[in-house]
Amino acid sequence: MVLGNYKTAVCARAADADILKCSQDGGVVTELFTYALENGVIDGAIVAGPGDAPFKPEPIVATTKAELLAARGTRYTISPNMSLIKEATRSYGLDKVGIVGTPCQMQALRKAQLYPIGMRKVPDKIALAIGIFCMENFPYQGLEAIVEDHCNTKMESAVKMDIGKGKFTVYTERGAVTQIPLGATHKYEQPGCHVCLDYVANMADVSTGSVGTPDGWSTVFVRTKKGEDVWSKAVAAGYFETKDIASVKPGLDLVTKLATGKIDRNKKTLEERAKMGVGKGLRNPYI
Amino acid sequence: MGLLSRLKKIFTGDQEAEAKAAPEKRSEPAASKTAAAKPASKPEDVKVNRIQDAKIKEDKPVVEKITVGHVHMSGCTGCLVSLADNYEGLFKILDDYADLVYCLTLADVRHIPEMDVALVEGSVCLQDECSVREIKETREKSKVVVALGGCAAYGNITRFSRGGQWNQPQHESFVPIGDLIDVDLYLPSCPPGAEAIRNVCLMAYLLLRGDESQKALAAAYLKPLMELPKRGTEACGCDLMVDVINQGLCMGCGTCAAACPVRAVSMQAGKPNVDREMCIKCGACYVQCPRSFYSFDVVGQFESISELIATVMGKGGQ
Ligand SMILES: Cc1cc2nc3c(=O)[nH]c(=O)nc-3n(C[C@H](O)[C@H](O)[C@H](O)COP(=O)(O)OP(=O)(O)OC[C@H]3O[C@@H](n4cnc5c(N)ncnc54)[C@H](O)[C@@H]3O)c2cc1C
Ligand code: SF4
Ligand code: SF4
Ligand code: SF4
Repeated sequence: MVLGNYKTAVCARAADADILKCSQDGGVVTELFTYALENGVIDGAIVAGPGDAPFKPEPIVATTKAELLAARGTRYTISPNMSLIKEATRSYGLDKVGIVGTPCQMQALRKAQLYPIGMRKVPDKIALAIGIFCMENFPYQGLEAIVEDHCNTKMESAVKMDIGKGKFTVYTERGAVTQIPLGATHKYEQPGCHVCLDYVANMADVSTGSVGTPDGWSTVFVRTKKGEDVWSKAVAAGYFETKDIASVKPGLDLVTKLATGKIDRNKKTLEERAKMGVGKGLRNPYI
Repeated sequence: MGLLSRLKKIFTGDQEAEAKAAPEKRSEPAASKTAAAKPASKPEDVKVNRIQDAKIKEDKPVVEKITVGHVHMSGCTGCLVSLADNYEGLFKILDDYADLVYCLTLADVRHIPEMDVALVEGSVCLQDECSVREIKETREKSKVVVALGGCAAYGNITRFSRGGQWNQPQHESFVPIGDLIDVDLYLPSCPPGAEAIRNVCLMAYLLLRGDESQKALAAAYLKPLMELPKRGTEACGCDLMVDVINQGLCMGCGTCAAACPVRAVSMQAGKPNVDREMCIKCGACYVQCPRSFYSFDVVGQFESISELIATVMGKGGQ
């Protein structure tokens, strides 16, 4: 069950070439929110908008396609998207909220829906939660160290960053490509990621990531009734090109392998933490 | 899935099974169709058992209701308003699952009666003899005592009281109810979300009226809230630092910032920063944090549990 419950797994990419141009992978997140916004499934979506420094995201409530487009692409640093979940329903007055987030943010969202202790009027307003696969994340200063010190690239000149095939890659405006082994980035990971037991956003309505499908395409898990409803309609409306996941390489086997690796490793970390001291240990949040 | 289907059964009765087993018994196929499409309608078996008392005007299945009281200590009535903010949901709860046997604001009962669940709002003023006596009486007469809201659980804004106010200037010491009595469950925040109070009431109903497996499901849901009293009667935004960040558990989701009722939490460098002058010590941020507690069993079934709650609250299954 490392991949969570899902109704369908599919290889997909956005049909809109403009979206694909600057999206991280198959543009699934931006295209699906676009469909949802244009067809009244959501009134707006919480996404990682541009921040005050390059590749530093700032959560925003996007209510137009232009705002969704401005938030395309992965920033490998923390974007506290959940911080706007109550704002979206209250200050922005949205009745149907979309949100994209890492697996931990999807966990936070579902806990908020079931235990809405400080989340008045949030539970029934979540219309579409898109999860993105996630192995780890970095504090902004960590990302800066990776890009500037290790990859010898200025944050300002980077246009895309990507993690895949065991490498961290930075692309610049002028076409320079720098790659370092992912191993060199591990020490910059945020500690909270080392107890994380979800790789493919099991708690999302639809989750997506790059692993498992060819470059420029995305792996998509359609998980809930809400997810299935919006996904099937968006596909039927021609918003996506899809391929049978069984027909593409490397396919779900690699996703399973990476998910198992992450979960096993982090379970071990939780055990070690529990007996870190002498007869004392650190807290385990999972009950 | 197992737990859930059992839960579904008690709320909706054997309606579906009945419909499948004996469809020919239904005189009007149209009616049975409506019943199937709207699982929110009252279960057949419960209707059969309802008390046939001419004096009862409402059409309600009263047999197995639990008794709930609202005990008002030093609080602002905001928690009670939050309960009422369930609107028609409150009526549904009172119709089908719980009788409000004590509530100074809404029910004409002067003395604390025996009850299954006491929802206590507010902290206890030590200089007010009546409050001290009544909180002890509440413990003696209730099966489950819930600290409803930040004041009852952690003191909240009453922590800042130093007396000197009209018309009881000598009322200066306010303690969370857990300092005087054993508390079974904390439902913090200022005020706790309406839907959270609703969920706790429904789960308390199961815990007290369900069979063993139903109790197990309710206990799984309520467990983290029942563990909270063990952490003590103090809460503060500092808990995010002490019990999440210092423990190496924070991953910067921002949920704490959304949960804070006074916007004392902002996200800086991907981690919460608490404006400690602003913090009213309500405890919402820490309980809402996915790294304070997280249950794969319960949260993992979010879709079916949410659907179920919508169904039993009569809002249909969509
Ligand atoms: C920290 C991190 C680690 C990841 N690790 C993996 C991995 O190990 N394997 C894998 O297959 N995929 C991983 N991904 C997901 C992958 O990089 C793409 O985000 C995903 O495939 C979506 O691509 P897309 O083209 O569909 O999205 P796009 O259309 O480009 O949209 C991306 C969306 O994600 C949002 N977003 C960007 N950065 C963040 C962030 N930091 N936090 C929250 N939301 C953000 C954007 O606002 C945008 O809405 C990771 C993503 C992040 C943020
Ligand atoms: S590894 Fe886990 S905790 Fe870290 S950002 Fe990704 S989903 Fe969140
Ligand atoms: S809710 Fe918890 S994990 Fe999320 S940012 Fe706040 S302290 Fe960190
Ligand atoms: S920081 Fe906010 S949510 Fe946390 S205890 Fe203080 S007032 Fe409550």
